[in-house]
Amino acid sequence: MRLIGDKGMRWILLGVALSAIASLLTIALFIFHEGLPFILRVGPREFLLSSEWDPQSGHFGIYPMIVASLWVTLGGMLVGAPLGIAGAIFLNEFCPRPLTRIIKPTIELLAGIPSVVFGFIGVMVLAPVIRQYLGGPGLSVLAASIVLGIMILPTIMSISTDALAAVPNSFREGAMALGATRWQSVHMVVLKAARTGIVASVILGMGRAVGETMAVIMVAGNAVKVPHSPLDSARTLTANIALEMGYATGQHRQALFATGVVLFVVIMALNTVASLAARRRAGAA
Amino acid sequence: MQAVAVSALGAATLGTLAVLVFVVFFVLEKGLRAISWSFLFSNPRDMGRAGGILPTLVGTALLPMVALAIAVPLGVGTAVYLTEYTRETRLTRLIRFGTDCLAGIPSIIFGLFGFILFVSMLGMGWSLLSGGLTLAIMILPTIIRTSEEAIKAVPLSYREVSFSLGATRWETVTRVVLPNALPGVVTGVMLGIGRAIGETAAVIFTAGSSLRLPHSLLDPVRTMSVHFYILAREGISTENAYGTAAVLVVSILTVNLVAYWTMHRVLARRSR
Amino acid sequence: MSLPAKISLRGLSVSYGAAQALQSVTLDIPAQQVLGVIGPAGSGKTTLLRTLNRLNDLEAAARVDGQVLLDGKDIYQAGYDVVGLRKRVGMVFALPVPLPMSIYGNVVYGVRLGGLRDRARLDSLVERSLREASLWDEVKDRLDSSAMRLSGGQQQRLCLARTLAMQPEVVLLDEPCSGLDPISTAAIEEALTVLKARYTIVLVTNNTKQAARVADTTAMFLFGQLVEHGPTDALFTVPQDPRTLEYVTGRFG
Repeated sequence: MRLIGDKGMRWILLGVALSAIASLLTIALFIFHEGLPFILRVGPREFLLSSEWDPQSGHFGIYPMIVASLWVTLGGMLVGAPLGIAGAIFLNEFCPRPLTRIIKPTIELLAGIPSVVFGFIGVMVLAPVIRQYLGGPGLSVLAASIVLGIMILPTIMSISTDALAAVPNSFREGAMALGATRWQSVHMVVLKAARTGIVASVILGMGRAVGETMAVIMVAGNAVKVPHSPLDSARTLTANIALEMGYATGQHRQALFATGVVLFVVIMALNTVASLAARRRAGAA
Repeated sequence: MQAVAVSALGAATLGTLAVLVFVVFFVLEKGLRAISWSFLFSNPRDMGRAGGILPTLVGTALLPMVALAIAVPLGVGTAVYLTEYTRETRLTRLIRFGTDCLAGIPSIIFGLFGFILFVSMLGMGWSLLSGGLTLAIMILPTIIRTSEEAIKAVPLSYREVSFSLGATRWETVTRVVLPNALPGVVTGVMLGIGRAIGETAAVIFTAGSSLRLPHSLLDPVRTMSVHFYILAREGISTENAYGTAAVLVVSILTVNLVAYWTMHRVLARRSR
Repeated sequence: MSLPAKISLRGLSVSYGAAQALQSVTLDIPAQQVLGVIGPAGSGKTTLLRTLNRLNDLEAAARVDGQVLLDGKDIYQAGYDVVGLRKRVGMVFALPVPLPMSIYGNVVYGVRLGGLRDRARLDSLVERSLREASLWDEVKDRLDSSAMRLSGGQQQRLCLARTLAMQPEVVLLDEPCSGLDPISTAAIEEALTVLKARYTIVLVTNNTKQAARVADTTAMFLFGQLVEHGPTDALFTVPQDPRTLEYVTGRFG
């Protein structure tokens, strides 16, 4: 080490530190390189808005998958966001400390369960229930929404909890000193103060929902049709890639990479918005 | 009004907890039955319809190791650079932004990337190496974040003392800062392992799904999560699927528990 | 009578960003004597000390003008061996900072960096340093135990031993007895009185009585400026500057 010297070490470590950016750029480069030409050749409108996905005959419209991803994501948010935020509020504002110290880590721990397991439970437990009581094939947008919601819930809860914890106690005390009950101080003052952080958590959750693959493959049904009801089977963008990548060649493969491009852009956009929101909160506070 | 609101919130929270606990117990209840010495330590027969899951255990153990061998030096090195060798500049903000972006990329994209670059273009094929490299990039942000926190938590006074005794920056980092940041770094490593074990989409497309025991870095492997997925989706064997899932869940929970416990001990020691 | 100055400050000015910490300080620090540095909080005493071993380099916003001559050479000139400097000029900080290792490990930390590996020589170095710091008798049976278990006063003496093990030429002490009990304080003061035969010592203290007890010469600082400097007795009994008089008689602190 004395041979390299402190100055030399700094350059080496700088190189190492650039590995994260280098990886990111390389990933973007390859995905775009494989997928973008296809989109440009076929035409974005045809690619994104055509409902016909039939690789055998050379039709690569991903509109059904876009709709499916949209529905499944929104459905997941409808399930996950309220529960996640409710959990964050409860644990941070109302739950007695000793209990919070047990419940919070437990929920975070259980969030480590892999997506395939969640998907499997969805297939074995949730889908039959849906089929029996609500009709349809069971493996549906609804099933995927519920499973996805439960999966992203811990993320939303965790970040929202951070946002709530960052609100200074003086806000709460100030409100209560004016005669507000704890609940009133929370929903009138604290929530407003934590709003940006909570919104950021929801957007981040959306990003993760859009990108989820394995669980969705298992419970959403994977029919290549535009879904018209939550009970319909549907195939998301991610599922499409994962299901067909194994045997796709030539144009077909490029079309799947093109789908990857769409996913990449959407998720990067969502994450950037979430980061900006989080940064604004930090700046304003 | 408050009572209603708080009850609703509490119910939602406990409901969430209940669902998650249910998932774990459901898997364990159905899966533990299938687990036995032979299940764990013998090879699968008939594509997994019968026999055990030994190759997948090996794969699940080896793949994170390869990933860590790459991600830990890169991640800790990045964290050291950001905290010890530079101030906050545009470059450091860029590095952090890149790290955050990397953390948000879904695993299927990593799978595509790993497939195109490692498996196909670099000719590594479906292998431990392809999978390990891909997983390394996936867990890099986690390692960087936790290492940075751990390093920042080492008191400034330790560094000052080291410098005042005539140490160079690198000596200070290796002899004082990193040894003290070690528990925090280990926490990050454990979290990374937990994530790597549960990863499926990226692994299928880079490490393959061969049921043979690997003999070199360029051999394909099948991890437990991939095996579970295949058993479940192809309907090969529900019983073995549950068994694999049970082992998978127990492994991940254990690794994460160790991570949390280490983190807890670090925080406790610091506050003393 | 007049020994050559070990360290000479010529027009030394230090600022941290917009804040001026030291203004044009010119001062000779004689060899093998104790220089006491007194003054109220914020007068630049600690900055002065940290300039002498270039620990200020760690502060990104620090700017240093003027010269600091160690044995006639300016330590701030380009290309000066900073690492070597710190082996010659050691520092004991205000709060005891034992490194999280054994007592033995603490004492030999700096020495090991220099490449010394011979166990026998390390052992004798450890004993000598701990004796010089008046700590040997209390810890000689538990050199491998953690330094964190020592009391505050013991830890500070350990920090002194750690610095002395480097066999420096100059020892800087930044309010080393603040927060220590009177017995530990006395032990350290006594150690300093013995040590000055071999080392040049600069002692920053907010306790004027300590300076009166231990220092041969004393320098009084106020708002970054050197107000007065001279033999301790004279400074305390017949100070030349009215501000010095007010400070040493306790009219402000």
